[in-house]
Amino acid sequence: MLTADDIAARLDEYLETEFSFIRSDELAPLVLALAPAEQAFVLDWTQRIASTNTEIAHQFVRRAPQVLRLQEPRVIEAWALHAMDVYDRAGLRAALEVIQDVERFVQHSQARSAGALFDEVSGVLLHFVHGLAGRPLRLALSDTAWTDSETIHLPALLAQLAGREDNFRLYKVLAVMQWAQIHHGTLRVALHTDFAAWPDTARALRIYTLLETLRLEAIISRTLPGLGREMQQLQPNYVAALSAPWQAALRQLQGTQSTPAASLGLLPSLYAAPLPPPRLWQVELYLNEVAACMQTRMEREKLLLRVRLAQWLEEQAKKAPADSALPHLTVREPADDAQAGSAFELTLNDAPVAPPEAVAQLLTSIRLDLGEIPDEYLVPAGPGEYDPALYTEQADDPDAVWQGTYHERGASYYNEWDHGRQHYRKNWCVMREREVTPVHDSFVADTLQRYSGLVAHLRRSFEAMRDEERLLKRQVHGDGVDIDALVEALADARDGSEMSDRLFMRLHRVERDIAVAFMVDMSGSTRGWVNDAEREALLLLCEALEALGDRYAIYGFSGITRKRCELYRIKRFDEPYGDEVRARISGVRAQDYTRMGFAIRHLTQLLNATAARTRMLVTLSDGKPDDYSDYRGVYGIEDTRRALLEARRSGIHPFCITIDEHGPEYLPHMYGAVNYTVVSEVRQLPFKVADIYRRLTA
Amino acid sequence: MAEITPEEHYITAEPYYEPSGSEVAMFEAAWHNRLPLLLKGPTGCGKTRFMEYMAWRLQRPLITVSCHDDLTASDLVGRYLVKGGETVWVDGPLARAVRAGAICYLDEIVEARKDTMVVIHPLADDRRVLPMEKLGTLLQAGPEFCLAVSYNPGYQSVLKDLKQSTRQRFVALEFDYPSAELEARIVASESGIDAALAQTLVKFAHMTRNLKGNGLEEGASTRLLVHAGKLIASGVPPVTACAGAIAQALTDEPEMLTAINELSASLF
Repeated sequence: MLTADDIAARLDEYLETEFSFIRSDELAPLVLALAPAEQAFVLDWTQRIASTNTEIAHQFVRRAPQVLRLQEPRVIEAWALHAMDVYDRAGLRAALEVIQDVERFVQHSQARSAGALFDEVSGVLLHFVHGLAGRPLRLALSDTAWTDSETIHLPALLAQLAGREDNFRLYKVLAVMQWAQIHHGTLRVALHTDFAAWPDTARALRIYTLLETLRLEAIISRTLPGLGREMQQLQPNYVAALSAPWQAALRQLQGTQSTPAASLGLLPSLYAAPLPPPRLWQVELYLNEVAACMQTRMEREKLLLRVRLAQWLEEQAKKAPADSALPHLTVREPADDAQAGSAFELTLNDAPVAPPEAVAQLLTSIRLDLGEIPDEYLVPAGPGEYDPALYTEQADDPDAVWQGTYHERGASYYNEWDHGRQHYRKNWCVMREREVTPVHDSFVADTLQRYSGLVAHLRRSFEAMRDEERLLKRQVHGDGVDIDALVEALADARDGSEMSDRLFMRLHRVERDIAVAFMVDMSGSTRGWVNDAEREALLLLCEALEALGDRYAIYGFSGITRKRCELYRIKRFDEPYGDEVRARISGVRAQDYTRMGFAIRHLTQLLNATAARTRMLVTLSDGKPDDYSDYRGVYGIEDTRRALLEARRSGIHPFCITIDEHGPEYLPHMYGAVNYTVVSEVRQLPFKVADIYRRLTA
Repeated sequence: MAEITPEEHYITAEPYYEPSGSEVAMFEAAWHNRLPLLLKGPTGCGKTRFMEYMAWRLQRPLITVSCHDDLTASDLVGRYLVKGGETVWVDGPLARAVRAGAICYLDEIVEARKDTMVVIHPLADDRRVLPMEKLGTLLQAGPEFCLAVSYNPGYQSVLKDLKQSTRQRFVALEFDYPSAELEARIVASESGIDAALAQTLVKFAHMTRNLKGNGLEEGASTRLLVHAGKLIASGVPPVTACAGAIAQALTDEPEMLTAINELSASLF
């Protein structure tokens, strides 16, 4: 049993009360009133949150005991993690709002309810909306449910309904509503034209939103009857409680032909009537955001369609060089309520043709925005009419990103494990792949010259490990008769003993099916001879691997802070080894710090995309993970360990080759007891690396 | 039924097949001209059924070999076996088909080992001979013999691609899932469920096909729809039938399974 003093002492420690105005003697009684298990739960989370920020932890411990009376611990965890995510993303103020918002949160939820969490349902929901067809949509977390026509936004937690099942259903309905908004034209209205005439634009928009919600509901009940039934069960008495004018409107909207225009047309008759409460699954309509998103997409897709059509026509012309007349394209669109799978049909000079997949997808997306395919969209782009930069989504030049104001375009994000929080920091590392600038100097020739004996030896010993075909004798089944075995067996039979049935031989092929990614430390500490040794080792390794035929990739890693994590591409998996790769090896230079988690996670992804049976990740390093400010000591080691665990869970074998003689102190914790080796002499590195790899895969 | 060898087996009843294009005429023309055929298309879209239908139409025996990664040249051509102290030659299915003037259908040819592919080369061009290496003889194919192979271009793996030297010997017929209308008719007629239910099943199939590349390797095939339809016709509730016959057949991944089951629950 903890006493009030014990609790106060622990809170003093976690919240660092010495340096603040937080009074732990006020907080302790709140915690003391809880059951022992709940006390431990609250204190544990306070400590974890305090590792991120003490003020959030302070606000948490103030409110947690009260919330705990109403909610399951699972929901409280989600609430705390959500607050920390918001802190990572948007800073202290926003995070405190989340923590303080708990009153609203508690109000909305039923007593002791079981909420559904975005993190738990998003995987299923994403597949679900992909299955519904149309434009490929994304899912994102947001304070409210709304869509910009490309992304479905959902709140972090739903606890309006009593059971977890029902809250999940509500998530599903919210996602489907947004899909339906995109699919059935709700977003094809504009704030400044369709709503400007009303004195209270916001009210008009609210009425429109509800009308559309009712209209889409009717459509969903027709096309997805199962879901329609579920929806009625979630909020059964809503329709009956509507006032007479709304009832009339509802009947009109339920007709099969009703459109967004019908909803707009009903606005005048309902503007003065009292507005009913929002429907349970009513999603917000932010028309300005929608317009911005649609604008850029529509321009891009129009261009892209015209370019694709031009390319396609060119191919067609090559196949059948018919008349020289200008090709005339028309499109036949599938009916709105048609069977799923009925596709667009293009007619080229009055002959129907099936459009290629890419064109069909564009047509689908364009029709979602406009409701039809306008004729000017079907004019193929003339030669050189457009700059590809206008319609391709380009990867930004990684260097240019750093000029001017900071932004994160063109980067990938990776989670990072926060040891103190015992949870991931979401999208914490901003990672870019960059290319090593090739250096064409004498390094390659010199190295190959210096190690010529070793290269020849490596080639020979690696060649010996290649695929080989072995003739297996004395098999039960096989391609040919094993005469030796047969003679023996016949002798046995005549002798009266049992005759063996292993009389055949078979050609057996031992296939080496290995993909390996080498992850090379390019941190500042490798500057000088370590870097030279690394480069030499890489070059010899490549020479050896070429003899072996394994698939391999080489990446260098470095970075400063989480905002600038960089992987330097030296050789991709599908890239042949040649002068270019050699020049890049020669160009490997020491950079900044050693942040390792993101590199492991990214290479894990690349490795998992290869189809090899055995996948390995070999790290070449000179010391502990380390980065400017936070990535020191336990934090860095724990994140690296976590990333390696993730890799291992997805079937990758990690291994580390280090020159740090202190390696045995922390490497077993990260890589496991046997998955590392220390090369004590830097000079030995070129001799050792290829040899270690050979032993690993033999 | 008495035991009969595959080359004696003629299909007597007309198999149910709905043509979706000119594939029947193409096949017949190729057969008359002694050209081998390559059937491309996703699994379960009717390739095998089409072969049965053509075998019935042309009144030739059909010998089907499902290729697997351990299938060797001897498995096709033949091998010596030991019988009572002596070695005896036993023809493989391909050799039997050549001798009997049958249609030999090598299903999923890319799954076979690379060296297997080479033995069909002389058979697939104008020579039309099968070298029996171990016997030291050549087997000349008669005019009725027909070689057909199938191949699923959906598996995007370099290892499982047909070599140009192989694919350029064949007349290719491309198969895809039938149009929604036709597919519903097929499902209804094969399984005995009513047209409306068949349409909903097809709609569900299209939802799973939308997931191809987004977590599923393949969408639900026509064959799976027929399975589900048959279960429904026997009184299994549609959502349960879809879960068992379609969702579980498509994936083992729990989240994907839940999503697919939610999709079918939304439809029925």
